[in-house]
Amino acid sequence: MTLDPIRKAEQEHFRTLLMPTPFHPRLAPLVETQSWYGWAGMLVAHSVFDEELEYFAIRSTAALFDISPMIKYRITGPDAERCLNRLTVRDVSKQKVGRVQYTAWCDDEGHVLDDGTLFRLGAADFRLCCQERHLPWLLDTARGMDVAIREETQEIAGLALQGPTSFAVLSKAGFDGVEALRPFQLAEFDHDGGKVMISRTGFTGDLGYELFVPATAALSLWDRLWEAGRLHGLNAIGYNALNRARIEAGFIVANGDFVTAETALRADRVRMPDEIGLDWLVDVDKVQFNGRSAILAARKNGTLKHVLVGLEIDDNTPAEAAIVYHGNKREVGLISAAIWSPTAKRNIAIASLERPYGSEILDDLWVEIYALRELKYHKMMKRARVVERPFVKLARRSANPPARF
Amino acid sequence: MQKYDVIMIGGGHNGLVAAGYLQRAGLKVVVLEKNDWVGGAATSRELTEGFLYSNCSYVCSLFRPEIMRDLELPRHGLQIISYDGGAVFARNGDYLGTYRDHESHRREFARFSPRDAEAYDRYSRDVTRQCRFIQPLLMRTAPDPFSFRPRDISELVYLARKFGDMGAADMAAMMRFWTMSISDYLDEYFESPVIKASLAISGIIGTALGPKSPGTAYVLLHHYMGEVDGSVGAWGYARGGMGAVTKALAASFQSVGGTILTGSEVDKVITRNGRAIGVALANGDEVHADRVVSNADVKRTFLKLVDEKDLPDRFVHRVRHFKMRGSSGKLNIALDSLPEFPALPKDSRCLRGDMHFTDDLERMERGYDDWKAGRWSADPFIDMMIPTTLDPTMAPPGKHFMSCFVQYCPPQVEGRDWTDADRDAFAETVVSQISDYSPGFRDRIRHMEVRTPRELEAEVGLTEGNIFQGELTFDQLLFNRPVPGYAQYRSPIDGLYICGSSTHPGGGVMGAPGRNAAAEILRDAKMKPAQMREAHDVL
Repeated sequence: MTLDPIRKAEQEHFRTLLMPTPFHPRLAPLVETQSWYGWAGMLVAHSVFDEELEYFAIRSTAALFDISPMIKYRITGPDAERCLNRLTVRDVSKQKVGRVQYTAWCDDEGHVLDDGTLFRLGAADFRLCCQERHLPWLLDTARGMDVAIREETQEIAGLALQGPTSFAVLSKAGFDGVEALRPFQLAEFDHDGGKVMISRTGFTGDLGYELFVPATAALSLWDRLWEAGRLHGLNAIGYNALNRARIEAGFIVANGDFVTAETALRADRVRMPDEIGLDWLVDVDKVQFNGRSAILAARKNGTLKHVLVGLEIDDNTPAEAAIVYHGNKREVGLISAAIWSPTAKRNIAIASLERPYGSEILDDLWVEIYALRELKYHKMMKRARVVERPFVKLARRSANPPARF
Repeated sequence: MQKYDVIMIGGGHNGLVAAGYLQRAGLKVVVLEKNDWVGGAATSRELTEGFLYSNCSYVCSLFRPEIMRDLELPRHGLQIISYDGGAVFARNGDYLGTYRDHESHRREFARFSPRDAEAYDRYSRDVTRQCRFIQPLLMRTAPDPFSFRPRDISELVYLARKFGDMGAADMAAMMRFWTMSISDYLDEYFESPVIKASLAISGIIGTALGPKSPGTAYVLLHHYMGEVDGSVGAWGYARGGMGAVTKALAASFQSVGGTILTGSEVDKVITRNGRAIGVALANGDEVHADRVVSNADVKRTFLKLVDEKDLPDRFVHRVRHFKMRGSSGKLNIALDSLPEFPALPKDSRCLRGDMHFTDDLERMERGYDDWKAGRWSADPFIDMMIPTTLDPTMAPPGKHFMSCFVQYCPPQVEGRDWTDADRDAFAETVVSQISDYSPGFRDRIRHMEVRTPRELEAEVGLTEGNIFQGELTFDQLLFNRPVPGYAQYRSPIDGLYICGSSTHPGGGVMGAPGRNAAAEILRDAKMKPAQMREAHDVL
């Protein structure tokens, strides 16, 4: 009954409920607000020094955000493309090496299990990044195929570098050739005796990049960017600032703006891609993928029950978690994310509505806002209009070559 | 001679729950308890100075919070304390910890299987979905599907609606869950033997079935549908041991004028013209009342306390064949100091939860094989806890009370009655297993209470020592519990009711049978309860 020392050491995890990310030694001294919280069991910050100012770093200079806790799977082998084509709703055979797909995957009933980004690193080498964990689902999908699937969340550190000067920062840091990256394109660059993968992607709707390195090279990558960013207004930011930017960009968050199929306790809470604004991802020409027949049947039979919309709301009080009404009376949905947008100068929200409200019936929508003001609720009924997402569309996001600010 | 409105035979938790509701509704109730203390299988007794044992039941989750509230149990001293996780010790010197913290739990599972670690969420969701369906049924009288009375029809409609809300996939999942073995069920989610052993525990506890027996998946569900303060599936300690539950129930009952007579063993239910009119005590005294309620199990009630000739043949036949197979024993141990388990890292919180030594389902099933052969398990399954790691009221500082629930343990040893020598040998297998994982364990033992089915039957009155007053198999649930046609707490004898765990929804210190029985008795008496809340919304 003696256990080998490695196994014994692995037992010790229980002493640390929230694990530090590979960037923690650099980030911790910066986090003046000490507003730590847990993301997938790792220690991350709500804000670093002032979430308002951090937001403006995203929109005016450059922001560095630690995305290491994002769940990452590596899918490799001759059948990797076939496996992912069966898993996801988009056509992976059309995804070239060096490209990134925003995608989603469904259970057999066509209900969304998660959304995420798929990086094609090689002909038979992919990385899938997402919010929730799916190892059993992925392994089941891969059954009978020549493919290896591994969770690599801990081994790979990730940073999001976002904002108008993000290209200037990378350029200054010496990543030659990064100017050639178009949106959703990735490339490998030399770093610290190894490689860093840089993609022109992000969650802000702004010019921006995401960088992935082995956890052992995390600190040297941080230092390289930090030094390069000194004259370009680079700031570390927390999730709250990022969240504002992502709402402006109209992006949705799994288990924030929709409930994933594997976590829903109540049968009516699950959603098909068409019910969370992801219908454009579904490639119906693809012969087979998980949930295909259910999605097609729902479209044909008109049984889609919900729709996810962007709302613009009168006045300036954010309508977080507010109920949406039609004609001031009938309850038709719920707001899952809402802010006053500093860049659009509009009061915006993402909402899930019951069809036909939000799909066919767009007028006479109202939002019930309870604003707690000095121990008294100000109850308001405000007019809401369905508008296009993104709420903020920035030319610099997709400009080629990227601008320096 | 005192005349009462209601006689309650037995002061177990369900008897005291029913008595509490009836007394509060305005009936004059007397509880007749054969022991010199109340509590039935929810007692805390001081058998050695300074130590309180949870003599039978030892953890709390199923006891309905609505009852705690209706009967004001917190005001009468009841506190339930949550605890954090537990551990399964493995033969290779490792252990699998379980934690309330989701990520710690996942990381711990990942040490044994990365796949299982991520499969746990789906498993947990599926079990919770089933609990959400079944939990509201606990606090409702099961409908009689063949009575065609409006009440039963409306209750059937309620059930049908709930089924209707489920959807085909959920309903298929439910039917499978209610009929599968826990081993087959877990195989659909997990690959690690020790993870499966850890999760199968709730499927076998208190049941004369092995992990590979069909029906054990439902037993798991039964253990998951409780809660501590809204946290569904969580278990906790009653502060002061499980006797704190019945102590509070008794105090609540007495505070509204109820009478409890201990040392009053009921010998017979007295009937006149087919109606129960009172009871005869073992000492020859008689107590009369308009209604008699039995908290004893269905066999003890109808085969011992009632004359068989007063009952229909078919009913007696059914009662005789109601499965009440004892499968477990219990060791309550007073310890001079906290035992050490070298496999656990220093300061592990797992010591405060439930600990086990059975690290795969094969061993669990072999333990059951011994039971089938009429022997106690040579390699028993133990559900071991040290409540004094969290509860300062049960032992002096630095000393500890350890509760060991042990399976399997047959009601008879190879067809003959238990002897004291058998009992001691049974205890030795348990102490020896613990000692394998805890050096010096024996030296810490100051006092020990050993309970085989023989002691459980003789003292608590549980036939064959079955802790649920009857197996929780699907043939004995809902409108089939305990006897088809008599699942609504009434009996073939007018004025005689049963309210123990033999009735819907079964055992586990839930209190729901007692509460539901009180509702039916009050309905017959054309009275209304002072306060009887509907089941809380689930989650």
